[in-house]
Amino acid sequence: MLHTIIKENSYQDSIVLMLLTNKLNTIEGVKKVSIMMGTPANKDLFEGSGLKTPELASASANDMALVVDAENDGVMDAVLTEVDEFLASQATTDSEDTNESARTWSTAMKLGKDANVALISVPGTYAALETEKALDEGLNPFIFSDNVSIEDEVRLKKKANEKGLIMMGPDCGTGIINGVPMAFTNIVRPGRISIVGASGTGIQEVSTIIDKLGAGVTNAIGTGGRDLSEEVGGITMLDTIVALEEDPNTDVIVVISKPPAKSVRDKVLGLLRQVSKPVVTIFLGEKPTYHEKDLYHAYTLEETAKLAVALLNGEEIKALDETVEIPAVELKPEQTLIKGYYSGGTLANEAGMLIADGLNLEEGLTHEDGFILNSAGHEIIDLGDDMYTQGKPHPMIDPEKRIEMIQTAGDNPETAVILLDVVLGYGAHDDMATELAPAIKEAKENAKKDGRELLVLGTVVGTSADPQNLVRQQQILEEAGVIVCSSNNKAVRTALGLLGHTVKDEEKGFKVVEEATNASLPKASQAVLDLLNTKPYVINVGLKSFAEAIEENQGKAVQFDWRPSAGGDVKLQKVLYFLDNYVAK
Amino acid sequence: MNYKTIDEANQAVIDKIVAGSPFLLDVVPAKSVIKELNGKVLLHAGPPIKYENMTDPMKGSCVGALLFEEWATTEEEARAMLDRGEVSFTPCHHVDAVGPMGGITSGNMPVLVVENKTDGNRAYCTLNEGIGAVLRFGAYNEEVVTRLRWMRDILGPALSKVLNKMDEGMNLNVIIAKSIAMGDEFHQRNIAASLNFLKEVVPYMSEIDMNEKDRQDVLVFLADTDQFFLNPMMAAAKVVMDGARMIEEGTIVTAMTRNGENFGIRISGMGDEWFTGPVNTPKGLYFSGFSEEDANPDIGDSSITETFGVGGMAMVAAPAVTRFVGTGGFGDALKTSNDMMEITVSHNTNFPIPTWDFKGIVLGIDARKVVSTGILPVINTGIANKVAGRGQIGAGTVNPPIEAFEKAVTAYAKKLGMEM
Repeated sequence: MLHTIIKENSYQDSIVLMLLTNKLNTIEGVKKVSIMMGTPANKDLFEGSGLKTPELASASANDMALVVDAENDGVMDAVLTEVDEFLASQATTDSEDTNESARTWSTAMKLGKDANVALISVPGTYAALETEKALDEGLNPFIFSDNVSIEDEVRLKKKANEKGLIMMGPDCGTGIINGVPMAFTNIVRPGRISIVGASGTGIQEVSTIIDKLGAGVTNAIGTGGRDLSEEVGGITMLDTIVALEEDPNTDVIVVISKPPAKSVRDKVLGLLRQVSKPVVTIFLGEKPTYHEKDLYHAYTLEETAKLAVALLNGEEIKALDETVEIPAVELKPEQTLIKGYYSGGTLANEAGMLIADGLNLEEGLTHEDGFILNSAGHEIIDLGDDMYTQGKPHPMIDPEKRIEMIQTAGDNPETAVILLDVVLGYGAHDDMATELAPAIKEAKENAKKDGRELLVLGTVVGTSADPQNLVRQQQILEEAGVIVCSSNNKAVRTALGLLGHTVKDEEKGFKVVEEATNASLPKASQAVLDLLNTKPYVINVGLKSFAEAIEENQGKAVQFDWRPSAGGDVKLQKVLYFLDNYVAK
Repeated sequence: MNYKTIDEANQAVIDKIVAGSPFLLDVVPAKSVIKELNGKVLLHAGPPIKYENMTDPMKGSCVGALLFEEWATTEEEARAMLDRGEVSFTPCHHVDAVGPMGGITSGNMPVLVVENKTDGNRAYCTLNEGIGAVLRFGAYNEEVVTRLRWMRDILGPALSKVLNKMDEGMNLNVIIAKSIAMGDEFHQRNIAASLNFLKEVVPYMSEIDMNEKDRQDVLVFLADTDQFFLNPMMAAAKVVMDGARMIEEGTIVTAMTRNGENFGIRISGMGDEWFTGPVNTPKGLYFSGFSEEDANPDIGDSSITETFGVGGMAMVAAPAVTRFVGTGGFGDALKTSNDMMEITVSHNTNFPIPTWDFKGIVLGIDARKVVSTGILPVINTGIANKVAGRGQIGAGTVNPPIEAFEKAVTAYAKKLGMEM
């Protein structure tokens, strides 16, 4: 029996709605529930999931629409109570600072006239337009949103470059601007290393290892995953490197990316060779064989962090000690497989890379269906892939999919090792270790009953200053029987060691790379230097919790309670854009 | 267009609104200033509407007007004439006029003459009849018609004499500015302004030549009619917005009005064209014994006050009525006014609101902002019984349909050359 509830003029962010959906699904007697804003697109989704009702027709983009498939009518009281309580707890926190929130750009800019960053976390289809407006207001856009087309990205990055601004993102999940955490970010000790990276969890793994090593990070600028593609040409990366060279708070620069397009690689490395500060690069997936003068090339994220800290401390650069302690366990002969279920995409990629290296796999590295590695039963899955996140929360927030995969892998008698990551920081789950612990325990116990020893190896990406507390999360996992390693690199190497494999590391020598270096370093724009050198003042377009994290860490933020322009009607949005930009001949 | 951008055009429009200076000059028979009313013609509120589509109260007002004008002697006769189409209709707005609720205006009704001294244009509006059984809510019994005749024969001429004794007429901006500081928002609450109006009138009332009984009746009527100033306010808003409309560019809303069937708006860049959508039914508090079931759909030209920036747009100015219109406490009123800032261009500092930290009333509803944010103007309104003649049954707030704004901005983009 389908029940429909329309809450008029109750605009809620999609993450809030998905969390609420999860909550309602746990109510006894609820078979299925879906909550979305009543946009035309969402109504199609209702139809697709068999939850279309006639009442939905009246819902607008500003109305919250719930459709519940309940076993009986009595359940609806419980559902309504839960919804009201959930939203009321939202409202209490909302009402405290009504004066500081805006509904339009003009009000946002009045409230935050000295702002220099726009943190944009609106649905992807709207992100390009809001970014355009942010650039017009002279703000450096930080685009958390994904699903921005590459054409838009290129156009907007060129516009940012022309205006002397940098565009972070799209799909930029993390960042640190002058010590202030942006979006999903760890609280990393301030220090004299700065990072520019095209990968979110790559930045998180490197910056938290730097923190664990006692050093710190001032700026961690995300460029978005496509920045180093042929089309985008590394616009954000190049502008940021130039600015970090001039930034008085940065002594060591770290560059993180997937292997770039050839032409972009030449540009980026060409620029880095001119930079006077020591630089560490990692092009994840490549196994570098040499360093250059003041330009060091790393293989793993851990190595990247260690090189950066060594350079900062003026230490001699030596090959890393990559030996790992192999737990003494007796595996059954058929236990040969490694199964990795990651919430961090870059960590999954690193695991795939190391396993392929250690096992000498010729093929198997893939990017299909969320698989990073899928070879002869070994599998590394990125649960943050679109395939798993459409209409569902990210695995850093929602443990459900991972629990399911741990169960399946545990039941498989061929599984030797399960690899996991737990990512801490603002925006991540409050206590992911506790959510995963019961499933891990159960899988290990079931294996034991079956006469097998199932190993679970994990790494916690975080710092002691993170809201979740690194040490506590590690303890909870250890109590559940997880072998917690100090880095993802170590965890994967331990897993390989258990199966009798090792990754061969060659000592890297120095090499002189000849380049035509007649070009002089470009000058950074004042706006970008100011961005790196002062506490950010952020117009937070979208997710309110981001503004709270910024303010807790000495940044300033104006909350922009964003709703889709013109109720999400694309034709009207075009009309408005035409009128707003009309210039008489 | 004469302006480089829409923002520049809009600035020119709001500059004219700020510069507008409405003076009440006279009270005269409608047909003496509105030539269209010579003949069997009635004015009505809202965008154009056919007689058969009018709601019951507006039809009732028509019956009352026919009886008042003596075009018919009985209700049946009046209805027959109307059904046969012997009476033609024109929106008030098309002849420089505005009318509350049904807005039914006939040639012999007295109207206020308000001139915008800045632009020289004029606007007209009938006189407020008080509360209870009144024509604007569709009542047409003997009492109603008798009162209309008294207004024609006694009240109108008396006010005319008073106004003619003032050198320049009555400066309405002064009364509006004083009264907003006394807690009026000019749509639901006009008690301060009506008193201020009376204060201006009384010294002259004592000296004009008229029968003492009539003088007494006029003074009692003005003292009793708390909403008397609604009509001068409407004419003032109309005359100022029509002055601003002379800038024929931009996206500033220059009129909002309802006829019980459709809600119509005009924007500066589209001149006289109406953009409409079906009216909503107001939400608010009902007098005991009535509910939303009994409510007439939204009706009246009085939302010209919101177009100007008062009424629901200035909710925060009138804490006393926020509960009455069903918006809760002062915090809600403040929130409503703050929301209205998101769809307007600026503030009109001629009319500072003490309870809003002396910010001026909002200035210039930008149709683009309405469409973009989905935030709709808030209109304070009386609620009529859907059955003619039963009068007011409550008060509340109502929003225009967003499609009127969507149509307006789309049409303007097309006019400026956007390919659809």
